[in-house]
Amino acid sequence: MRRVFVAALAIALTACGSSTPAGPESVTLTIAANSIEGGKNSESAAWIKKWVIPEFERTHQNVKVLFQSSGVEDEQYKTKIALDLKSRTGADVIDLDGIWVGEFAQAGYIKPLADVGGPAVDTWEGWGQIPQAVQGLGIFDGKKYALPQGTDGRVLFYNKTLFKKAGLPEPWQPTSWQEIIDAGTKLKAAGVPIPIQINAGTAMGEATTMQGALPLLAGAGAEIYADRKWAGASQAMKDVLGFYQQIYGGSGLGDPKLQQEAKGRDTSFAQFAEGKIAILAESDYFWRSVIEPKAGVAPMADRDTAVGWAKIPAKQPGAGIRGQDFVSMSGGAVRALNPFSKNGKLAWELLAFMHSAEAIKSQLAGQVRISSRDDVNAEVLTADPMLKFVAEEVLPITAYRPPLAVYPQVSTTLQEATAAIVSGQAPDAAAAAYQSKLEGLVGGAANIAG
Amino acid sequence: MTTDAAGLGKARASAFVLPALALIAVFLIFPALWTIYLGLTDYRLTGLAAAQPRLVGVDNYTGALADTRFHTSLWLTVLFVGGSAIAGQAVLGFTIAWILRSRRGPVRRLVEGVVLLSWILPSSVVAFLWIALLDRSGGTLNALLGTPGFAWLLDYPMLSIIVFNTWRGTAFSMMLYSAALENVPPSHLETARLAGASVPQQLRDVVFPLLRRHILTNLLLISLWTFNDFTPFLLTAGGPEGRSEILPVYVYNVALRGGSLGAGAAISFLILLINLIMALAYLRLLRGRRRSQEAAAGGPPA
Repeated sequence: MRRVFVAALAIALTACGSSTPAGPESVTLTIAANSIEGGKNSESAAWIKKWVIPEFERTHQNVKVLFQSSGVEDEQYKTKIALDLKSRTGADVIDLDGIWVGEFAQAGYIKPLADVGGPAVDTWEGWGQIPQAVQGLGIFDGKKYALPQGTDGRVLFYNKTLFKKAGLPEPWQPTSWQEIIDAGTKLKAAGVPIPIQINAGTAMGEATTMQGALPLLAGAGAEIYADRKWAGASQAMKDVLGFYQQIYGGSGLGDPKLQQEAKGRDTSFAQFAEGKIAILAESDYFWRSVIEPKAGVAPMADRDTAVGWAKIPAKQPGAGIRGQDFVSMSGGAVRALNPFSKNGKLAWELLAFMHSAEAIKSQLAGQVRISSRDDVNAEVLTADPMLKFVAEEVLPITAYRPPLAVYPQVSTTLQEATAAIVSGQAPDAAAAAYQSKLEGLVGGAANIAG
Repeated sequence: MTTDAAGLGKARASAFVLPALALIAVFLIFPALWTIYLGLTDYRLTGLAAAQPRLVGVDNYTGALADTRFHTSLWLTVLFVGGSAIAGQAVLGFTIAWILRSRRGPVRRLVEGVVLLSWILPSSVVAFLWIALLDRSGGTLNALLGTPGFAWLLDYPMLSIIVFNTWRGTAFSMMLYSAALENVPPSHLETARLAGASVPQQLRDVVFPLLRRHILTNLLLISLWTFNDFTPFLLTAGGPEGRSEILPVYVYNVALRGGSLGAGAAISFLILLINLIMALAYLRLLRGRRRSQEAAAGGPPA
């Protein structure tokens, strides 16, 4: 029923000419992103509206650029974009999470950039400035489907004020999971309401996988996908779930309810900013977009003095993937072209313009982040110690998610395993349930590493 | 008795009916058939199965019927309909209508206005208000009761959405029963009162027999639309851990969040069947009533 409805909507929209040229003299392009002024990723929305659109329209007479903003959970945004593309409509330049590239490409929702944008794509000057690992965010099956916007890394953020209260050292750098638990116990004793927040459960979606399950799994020495096999109910997986149980299984170190709430992640941001959460595993996004003193969604006026960061330790020193002492996970957003765009070549021009050194520098003037371009990073990252730390100390030890279409479903299964721990199940039982669901997803036990 | 009262003839009569039939076919029958077909495939929102869905037979249907999550969801929906539509809206709506039946003036207008307001506000606005009411940190209810930090939506998700939906939908039942109660001849109630009948007795022997058809029609309508109501999603999103995942939310979570459009279509079709069964049961009751009434009265009532 929905499909018919969507198809009807598509016809209606095309008829209205949302992106069709009204004549040779006037063309409209649309940019879609999960960012909105005064809300989610506000700077990025402001940059598009106040810099990208006027600048592009200035150099391209007779082109009108529109911005379609959203400010919702990533999963909802993904559903909206998928439905848009399924009905062959939607914006011309579309923001995606790098991890969706595989499934969107397989569904035929996006095409390799050169197929849409023409030969200009391969000769773009920017390719030489983007490191291979970061380019990988937009690559599927060896083809470039999207331009990466940048990358990120996961760390443990901690509140120095609360640490001082609990008599903990500063700077703090745990070297094993046990040291995180020990710090949590001291914080609890010092009256901190929620000592540790490691995302868990299904309500937080991919944030559970990226900020919790996967870095922990890497710290236990396993990758979610390695040597063509998925990580099953191995000892490493049981260790991860056991660590979750130490936090949420009645110790009071974490707040199980927060993991179940529909808006739990936003609440966790607010509670960290209010000084109720002491240790929080997040990506540098948290630093630059959430607790950022001026434009963050949960601003902390004293962020620069009160918030510290530490690398995520392996279970024990040397127990991480590749024998590492510390681990992280990285991902990043990309921008793809809509293959159903009426103006593919022009859309590519817009996309390339948004990824030019000039454009990225102007974006970073509003908010410093690790961009995809080496030339820009070298210039601007020195301004922010946290992002410099991520670029220099975290990115060399990080890992990426497998760019496979089935990954998001595996990720959901992982989230369900952590949810089971939060609601009181034992790690062994949760791991077994995870294994049996995984077998259904990836085509049997032969594709799973025990 | 002639069957062609309008004198149109078969061809012209068909021509008149055709546009309506075409609309029904396009917007009702075709989507239903399409849903059945989709339910037989592994169609997904993204990935390979979005481009080339394969037929998987009745796997989606048998899978849903065997899935404990479907059973739980069905049971929660029964609770939701029973609690919020039948016990909540219908009973509360009747109670308000009964109490207000003989009142005029500002009290009646105020009560009716407040009840109606909760009905006509947009769902998204209402959901936002209720989240503000029930929120764990800083919610109005916790402030009123002095229970800071109590997580209503997490500890009592079903109760929350049942109370919410009762509040939301009572207006319809109230208005329907108010109108129906106007049709109860005051002389009947007067007679009953003079004969010494208590209020429950008046209701049982005078009011309910006269309102039976209104009551059944009301129950049919509100249980069908409560069964298919998606608004609770805005409060709990089916959580925590599926404890308020009523069927419409379940379909959404499977089909759009999980991306399994095929499985979602199969479940939608099962829901359609349940709706049909419910509707048929009510209609049968209605028809049964009419026949027994006619038999008892020896003809249509005067």
